[in-house]
Amino acid sequence: MEVAQTPLLDVTALEKQFPGVRALHNVDLTLNRGEVLAVVGENGAGKSTLMKILAGVHTPNAGTIRIEGREVRIQSVRDAQAHGIALIHQELNLAGNLDIAANIFLGIEPHTAGFIDSGQIHAKAAGHLKRVGLDFPTDTLVADLTIGHQQLVEIAKALSVDARIIIMDEPTSSLSQTESETLFKVVHDLRSQGISIIYISHRLGEVMVLADRVVVLRDGENAGELAREQISHNAMVKLMVGRDLSQFYQRNTTEPGSVVIEAENLRTPAHPRIGLSFSVREGEIVGIAGLVGAGRTELLETLFGVTPAVGGTLKIAGKVVHPKTPLEAIQFGIVLAPEDRKQHGLILEMSVRENASLPRLRMDQKAGAIDFGAEIEVATEMVKKMDIKTPGLEQVVQYLSGGNQQKVVLGKWLAMKPRLLLLDEPTRGIDVGSKQEIYRLMEELAAGGVAILFVSSEMEEVLGMADRALVMHEGVITGELARDQLSEEAVMQLATGNKAAA
Amino acid sequence: MNKNILGILGLFIFIFGFTALSNENFLSAYNLQNLLKWSSLYAIMGIGVAFVIITGGIDLSIGSVIGLVASLMALMVKSAWDPLVAVLVLIGLSLGIGLVHGLLVTKMKLQPFVVTLCGLLFYRGISRWATDNQSMGYGDTATLNSLFSGKLAIGSFGLPAPFFFLVVVAVLAAIFLNRTIWGRYLLALGNNEKGARYSGIGTDRLKITAYVICSFLAGLSGLLFAYELDSVQPAQTGEFYELYAIAAAVLGGCSLRGGQGTILGVIIAAAVIRLLRNSINLLGISTHLEYAIIGMVILCGVSTDEIIKRVVAKRRAAK
Repeated sequence: MEVAQTPLLDVTALEKQFPGVRALHNVDLTLNRGEVLAVVGENGAGKSTLMKILAGVHTPNAGTIRIEGREVRIQSVRDAQAHGIALIHQELNLAGNLDIAANIFLGIEPHTAGFIDSGQIHAKAAGHLKRVGLDFPTDTLVADLTIGHQQLVEIAKALSVDARIIIMDEPTSSLSQTESETLFKVVHDLRSQGISIIYISHRLGEVMVLADRVVVLRDGENAGELAREQISHNAMVKLMVGRDLSQFYQRNTTEPGSVVIEAENLRTPAHPRIGLSFSVREGEIVGIAGLVGAGRTELLETLFGVTPAVGGTLKIAGKVVHPKTPLEAIQFGIVLAPEDRKQHGLILEMSVRENASLPRLRMDQKAGAIDFGAEIEVATEMVKKMDIKTPGLEQVVQYLSGGNQQKVVLGKWLAMKPRLLLLDEPTRGIDVGSKQEIYRLMEELAAGGVAILFVSSEMEEVLGMADRALVMHEGVITGELARDQLSEEAVMQLATGNKAAA
Repeated sequence: MNKNILGILGLFIFIFGFTALSNENFLSAYNLQNLLKWSSLYAIMGIGVAFVIITGGIDLSIGSVIGLVASLMALMVKSAWDPLVAVLVLIGLSLGIGLVHGLLVTKMKLQPFVVTLCGLLFYRGISRWATDNQSMGYGDTATLNSLFSGKLAIGSFGLPAPFFFLVVVAVLAAIFLNRTIWGRYLLALGNNEKGARYSGIGTDRLKITAYVICSFLAGLSGLLFAYELDSVQPAQTGEFYELYAIAAAVLGGCSLRGGQGTILGVIIAAAVIRLLRNSINLLGISTHLEYAIIGMVILCGVSTDEIIKRVVAKRRAAK
């Protein structure tokens, strides 16, 4: 029969433009019935944008989407649902104050004259829960479930609207090992029920276990495709970065200098009972790996004075300090390029010039008056040194690409001549070219004696850039790996709390 | 931002020209003096609340602070205080009120709307209780009279005292906002408080400063209004003025989301609001319609501004 040949989903020549950045260009994608298709790519490769288009969150600028051979227009989440497409977001979208059944039927409650038919809701919800292997009463509050279980509720919710295509965006990024394994089993079960799954992840190990086929995106374009038998770690990485790894991450380790920062039993407000001890030396690049929610960002924020430590000691160049605000941390030479650039790193509606000078204004002031000359000088120098692509100093940073925005964040801190540079997911959401420039910059800064501590969820980045890696799990530093001990397996073992294996 | 000022300035010129052509009394020295005086009073309040609005907050207590200051001044005059001491005490009180608002908003993390709404009720209640809700006058305090409500004659035209206060306040406010690091910090924190904090800015202190400035200017307005009206009715003096101040700030280009605003815009907007009242009177439009017209003009102004912004953003995105 002809229908059997037609793919369930067929996307051709998809284009998506955001202000200042081309997110997708000429992207094709096909998905067959009962197939698990993995979409991989580095941060900013366009995976999430593509999935959001399929799920009706964004509308494309051009291109066609066919379902069972018929062209469809997906203008809203409701349209996507009507076509049987459901997206499980990386951040779960459940209402914690409602029970499982209410969440599954949120917005589609069966009712008579506005009165919810709870009997029906609970009966049906129980059926859906069974399909995802979740054994909880349907009147359990969602807030009382673990993240892993909440995710299964999301999947049950997708099933309740008869989804044929379930898109999972980084589903394991905050799951423990056992939770991940449960999820993999559910994925297998769904496939055998004929449901197609698009699985987005940058955990290549998972992809190898799960995927029937892999599509690789790079800088918003198709970079290649791997059939089941071609899938290997190296093949995927090569397509993801588009060149040999050895060229991409150039780390010339040098002998580190004296200790810049030393934490002893430092306790963060997020995990007040856990003491963290580590040190970073001049010229050293230290990575912090771990799952989402392992307490990595919280550690950086404590070092930067955003959430002051609740115990332990922190020494900068041998002197005990207690930064209680970012301002104090900056005065000690500690700066942070935060994970959420738009919320924390930049003042989006201000210009390149104003963002560049913000931390420095205090130093260049004359009796409170802004030194406009110095300001322009600082900004000009930054744009030149960081090679920031902007129409001018007065460009509002909102309209710059992710890579250039990140360079503004880094640039404003470099003008402060920091001793310790904290980077939280430094290359999230930026193109491969800017990425490489940021790596080169990290390398340069380290060579100049700056101590760098960076958090990354991208395994390749940790393996490629770190002289040493701290691995965290549920607030604890579960291990420390020297460069020659670094491997994906070793990091994942520690990241999922498997201390003994390291 | 300059486009914003041009828009509101255009509106001012249009209403001004239209009224001048329609009614010859409009351009009389007496009418213009009055217009200038009241516009100045509104603008001083507007500048105050603009600082708070730029931080993304709001101050609903302005009118009640005006009422409180005017009432207490009358009481102090009655109990034969040295008028200058009284003025200093009341200015100090206004600063203190702003400090308390700022501390409650930043340290207690209460919402500005709630804090200042409570202020609105509290200060009004205190005014009425302290004065036994009796209207009071200011007796014979000649120095203060000429300071707060005197005129500087230029030919037949007398420049009213509030105008001079406005000039000083406006110049200082504009310098503060545009030329000092604190002004820049204020705009930054209004746009993105966390981003500002992560850039090493002491955001709490700046926010508190904004509330202090706002209450200080409200207190100053209280004294100016008191001497202008030459009497105080504790239940009414200053009532709803916070809404005029907020209207002037918003029409003048401040976004209630914070991070935006110009002093000149607020001043012109305050003048537009007063001008509208004046025109309604002179053009023989039913004064019952006054609020409706002012409301519609502000709504249209703000909507137009929003539409222009969207068009600009779209064009920029298309580039």
